[in-house]
Amino acid sequence: MSFKEIFEQHKWDEVKESIYQKTAADVENALFKQKRTLEDFKALISPAAAAYLEPMAQLSQKVTQKRFGKTVQMYIPLYLSNECTNICTYCGFSLDNKVRRRTLSEDEILQEIAVIKALGYDHVLLVTGEANQTVHVDYFKKVLKLIRPHFSMISLEVQPLDTDEYEELIPLGLNTVLVYQETYHQEDYRKHHPKGKKSNFNYRLETPDRLGKAGIHKMGLGVLIGLEDWRTDSFFTALHLDYLEKTYWQTRYSLSFPRLRPFSGGLEPKVEMTDRELVQLICAYRIMNEEVELSLSTRESEKFRDHCIALGITSISAGSKTNPGGYAVAPESLEQFEISDERTPAQIAQLIRSKGYEPVWKDWDRFM
Amino acid sequence: MLTIADKIFTSRLFTGTGKFSSSVLMEKALVASGSELVTVALRRVDMQDRQDDLLLHLNHPQIILLPNTSGVRNAKEAVFAAQLAREALETNWLKLEIHPDPKYLMPDPIETLKATEELARLGFVILPYIHADPVLCKRLEEAGAAAVMPLGSPIGSNKGLKTIDFLEIIIEQSKVPVIVDAGIGAPSDAAKAMEIGADAVLVNTAIAVAGDPVAMAIAFKMAVEAGRMAFEAKLGDQKNRAVASSPLTAFLDEL
Repeated sequence: MSFKEIFEQHKWDEVKESIYQKTAADVENALFKQKRTLEDFKALISPAAAAYLEPMAQLSQKVTQKRFGKTVQMYIPLYLSNECTNICTYCGFSLDNKVRRRTLSEDEILQEIAVIKALGYDHVLLVTGEANQTVHVDYFKKVLKLIRPHFSMISLEVQPLDTDEYEELIPLGLNTVLVYQETYHQEDYRKHHPKGKKSNFNYRLETPDRLGKAGIHKMGLGVLIGLEDWRTDSFFTALHLDYLEKTYWQTRYSLSFPRLRPFSGGLEPKVEMTDRELVQLICAYRIMNEEVELSLSTRESEKFRDHCIALGITSISAGSKTNPGGYAVAPESLEQFEISDERTPAQIAQLIRSKGYEPVWKDWDRFM
Repeated sequence: MLTIADKIFTSRLFTGTGKFSSSVLMEKALVASGSELVTVALRRVDMQDRQDDLLLHLNHPQIILLPNTSGVRNAKEAVFAAQLAREALETNWLKLEIHPDPKYLMPDPIETLKATEELARLGFVILPYIHADPVLCKRLEEAGAAAVMPLGSPIGSNKGLKTIDFLEIIIEQSKVPVIVDAGIGAPSDAAKAMEIGADAVLVNTAIAVAGDPVAMAIAFKMAVEAGRMAFEAKLGDQKNRAVASSPLTAFLDEL
């Protein structure tokens, strides 16, 4: 049994149609009840809910504070490599983007860590492309051993791995793995991933199952917004989360909602999502699931991030570089995408405080 | 006076340190609450750093730190965390929290019992956070727990004393102090817990997330004092005294 069987019971077009058919009465019903179903979630992300944005935001803030208090977790990505054997239409690291690549050596990683630590970070997200010849499980093992003494929480956003590979990495200090499906629209997925191991839709779809079986502490899900209808893709994300929470009940979950950003050689979004719609989605996720962590990256603009802190977001990055060596050793190397909010971590921490929240730099420990 | 292990407490309101909007506000609220036992998540503090922000704000003579193991998933991790805490924070007091379920943070009774047995052997003062399960509380008492901390309702839920019938059994049977932990959403919930004879309550979310945490801390202080005073003054029994309009036994007079 895996999510694939549940996924296959849902047809994209039918789901999409049912979301767009939700009415104001469905939205009100979803807003005011105690326990919500996935049908209620459809109502909350439907066009009909746009008129209820303010009450949704109020409710989202209230339930977020109940669970997470007035705190926001701080994390930063550390790009280790931009080598990649995949072609992905939306990504700066795509194989057909003919730019020089680099993978950080141990010595270079230590130089990067020194900068990140000086910024105050204790939670780090390691990112790579997919280059199985050079950036493989043995490389990750080496890196985890190297950086574990420096961070309380280590997350990974790399190519999907096998269950036994995750089982090797977890005891070395791997806490969290992020694996975004990009889109749950199978045909569209094929279009955007024409070449490389990533073109295997099902292997990616079943990655959270493999992570769950390996006993990962936390996993992050999401889609890349801009590839397909965001409402339908978000429903499938919620469906996936619902299945995972029931199946791998000892794992924590986080969601991200990255919107397509410009990069060198880039793709224009097929579907635009407005700021208003992204707020609707954030609130809908929160109202549906009071416990899931919601993460917002530097892809989003300053003003948008300033206001989202109080809406339901529980973790945020700042001062991010999306290229390997970006903090110290190779500031000019190829980046994955252009960030939007370029403020420093200290400025973001100050902003969080000014909103009446506490920035939290450490919320895990090596003994866990 | 409440005694746990070798410590005497004048305040029966224990507090937590999570979810506050700043360490400064946390400190003000905790001082206002009069609390003498304050729990702090080990994962939030840097145990190697004497200048840790959270710990600095808890540095008051009346406050005893109660490190908690929130985040660990089994007895093995809990025992390891406890030993680190004892060394770094120089206390053998421990709030034992093992919740393998990160969604509702439900405590694991089996791992909690195992860890209590092991930690008692290692000389810890253990306050385990558990379900309102009377049998489990007795088992923990036998295993060497210094107190038991049954939940009123799911942690952070503010739902009050949903488990009250079981709490009453636990309070009746327990030979160690009973501290109602989790779910206390309002001062009236805290007062109720004290009225039924709880030895203390632990409150975090309801204070930390209040519009004015300092005022709310004082409200809880007063509620706990009132509840305890009512318990000691011996509340009258609640009686459902029905006066039957047609007496059922009047026929006896006619026989």
